Amino acid sequence: MRIQEDKKASEKDKPDLKGTFVSVMLLGVFIIITWVGAFALFISR
Amino acid sequence: MHLHKYEKIWLTFGIGSLVVFLFVVGYGAFWQGTHPQSHGVTIDPNNIESNEAFKPENLGLTKVDENEYIVNITASAFYYDLGKDEEGKSVRTIRIPKGSKVLWQAATKDVVHGFQVAGTNVNMMVEPGYVSSLETVMDNPGTYTIVCNEYCGIGHHMMYATVEVYE
Amino acid sequence: MQLAKKETESKASFQALAISKTESRLYMSYISVAFISLFIGGLMGLLQVLVRSGKFTLPAGIDYYQVLTVHGVILGLVLTTYFIIGFHFSLMGKTVGISIKQRKVAWIAFWIMVIGTVMTAVTILYGEASVLYTFYAPLRAHPAFYIGLALVIIGSWIAGFVNWHQLKVWKKAHPGEKSPLLAFMVTINTAMWFICSLGVAVAVLVQFIPWSLGYAETINVLLSRTLFWYFGHPLVYFWLLPAYMAWYAIIPKIIGGKIFSDSLARLSFVLFLFFSIPVGFHHQLTEPGIDPTWKFIQVVLTFMVIIPSLMTAFSMFATFEITGRRKGAKGLFGWFKKLPWRDVRFLAPFIGMLAFIPGGAGGIINASHQMNALIHNTIWVTGHFHLTVATTVMLTFFGISYWLVPHLRGRKLTPQINRLGIIQAFVWTVGMTIMSGAMHIQGLLGAPRRSSYSEYGGGEQASEWIGYQLAQAVGGTILFIGILLMVYIFIKLTFFAPKGEEEFPIAEEEEDAEETPAWFENWKLWIGITVALILAAYTVPVIDIVQHSPLGSVPFDFPIGR
Repeated sequence: MRIQEDKKASEKDKPDLKGTFVSVMLLGVFIIITWVGAFALFISR
Repeated sequence: MHLHKYEKIWLTFGIGSLVVFLFVVGYGAFWQGTHPQSHGVTIDPNNIESNEAFKPENLGLTKVDENEYIVNITASAFYYDLGKDEEGKSVRTIRIPKGSKVLWQAATKDVVHGFQVAGTNVNMMVEPGYVSSLETVMDNPGTYTIVCNEYCGIGHHMMYATVEVYE
Repeated sequence: MQLAKKETESKASFQALAISKTESRLYMSYISVAFISLFIGGLMGLLQVLVRSGKFTLPAGIDYYQVLTVHGVILGLVLTTYFIIGFHFSLMGKTVGISIKQRKVAWIAFWIMVIGTVMTAVTILYGEASVLYTFYAPLRAHPAFYIGLALVIIGSWIAGFVNWHQLKVWKKAHPGEKSPLLAFMVTINTAMWFICSLGVAVAVLVQFIPWSLGYAETINVLLSRTLFWYFGHPLVYFWLLPAYMAWYAIIPKIIGGKIFSDSLARLSFVLFLFFSIPVGFHHQLTEPGIDPTWKFIQVVLTFMVIIPSLMTAFSMFATFEITGRRKGAKGLFGWFKKLPWRDVRFLAPFIGMLAFIPGGAGGIINASHQMNALIHNTIWVTGHFHLTVATTVMLTFFGISYWLVPHLRGRKLTPQINRLGIIQAFVWTVGMTIMSGAMHIQGLLGAPRRSSYSEYGGGEQASEWIGYQLAQAVGGTILFIGILLMVYIFIKLTFFAPKGEEEFPIAEEEEDAEETPAWFENWKLWIGITVALILAAYTVPVIDIVQHSPLGSVPFDFPIGR
């Protein structure tokens, strides 16, 4: 283990999940865009 | 059980979006009356002509008012019956002026069929014992194929008719 | 149940058990039937896309819908059920063990299912059951079709009962300990399967069989459809949950990480149990005889079942990111590069996860009440479930097979097979992107699903559709190449790969992971809530359907049905 103990402890308390957060939010935006697109098509027909 | 801060935000956002979706469709359905077709009107599956709408002379397009029409269709394997024209020939195409309010009514003589005016929201299951109906405004001009979209037997894909919405 | 209060330190890791040769034979038997089905069903799929391209007609008077029935039954019901039961048993064998008696009963389950499958298959091949895998009344198949299906279901129940018994025996021997995560998940999935398949069993035994034999003159069509879809939606979750098991509890090990959260994994499975079943009406949204308010209530419940998938998405990304960062990844997306892209055991399921993004988004659209009319019974739906089941679930099952088959057969996954597997995953991805993409677009244009090639009297729309059908034929052909590759890989792994020991990867929790609450073991509560939700969602509308039902329907045979 090269990483110092306290860093490991803080990583445990709060793993750095920024990438995860951005990923899921992009996923959410994708869901919203497709749904709104389908809704718009439904309304236009 | 512990949720990471970001997961809390994500779930709030995700569930929030779902609630918005539900509110939008719920508003349309309950306040504007755009529920999917669900009238629960029953009919004798062995004798659908007992219902006024499906008597041979009432099939096809009927104008009820300025810009208001009713289309009655009998579905059977593998044929959509839209009635007969003045010369006694089977109607294969119905023509509707753009912007008309149309009440579509369908019933089946045999198995389950799927009535859809392809490319529109007129899409309803037609099941033995029930009258399927949906009211819609035909806003977009064009030629549409009425298809059967529920498997009804060997000739299922040969079951069709045509709707023309003209300007 | 004893709500185990005493926190006898449940170790983060548990002892995985060895799988004996005799056990392996049982598990491999189930999995082998799945791969035989993959080949037959895939061949049927190829024939379908070729027919629908308009460039090819089936020889010897074979009917398109007969081929379609084989495709649906053998892939949707046979492949999935056998693979899942084989996988379930392997997981239980590995985590909680199997007794000799349990193994014997598991064999009985296998043979009952095989007899049922053969009965059904023969009936379809004789052209006596071209009713598609949904067998909607009043199309009538030969009684042997329904009896065969009932046997498959009964066999699968017995397999599930064995799984429950396995966990029970283990719990007795390990008082106060939480059940192994995978055993917990298997129990959830088999419980859901049992509860939902009761519906289709009632339809088949009470409605279809007497009616097809002529003892009952008519059938209540809407009731039979409602019972079918009470089963039909949890059916797709029965397919999906084994993939989730692999994602939550196996993939972390493959990528060199740990389980993100044992409790959250269990929570998502409990939510799947609750909300997979009381949602069948979202398949019946455009039907005339169901009250729209009840449809909407089930739409809301359907949206609830999205939540555990949202949780799963977070857990997956988090597992990847934490693992990547431990390996020294920097920046927002540096962890992405640290994933083992050259390991097919990871790559295939990963592509499956990606496919679930458009798959899930499409599913939300499908379930959106009146918006369902946009796509109902169009080929969009076919495109949708070829993403979810035929990509997400299948690629994960393939990913599982790369280590499970050699593990059970005492062989090794060689670098060559691994490379071939990566090619397979890419072939699948390309083929499915083309085929499913074309299906989605064509569906939005209004083209129906489950239909043979037709020009619809030369209509404008139909001529537009045919272009997409050509694309589907291209995609479907590529997919068939993928199937041939996969079957080759399966045979290679089963019989010809070098002898050795392949790892059965089971991920562990972090050493200092948060304790999983003991109340997760409260099965009575989970089942109780599930049943309550089902009763809440179905009692009133079903009574309404029965009370206001029209006259029943007489059966229809060839050329309409069989």
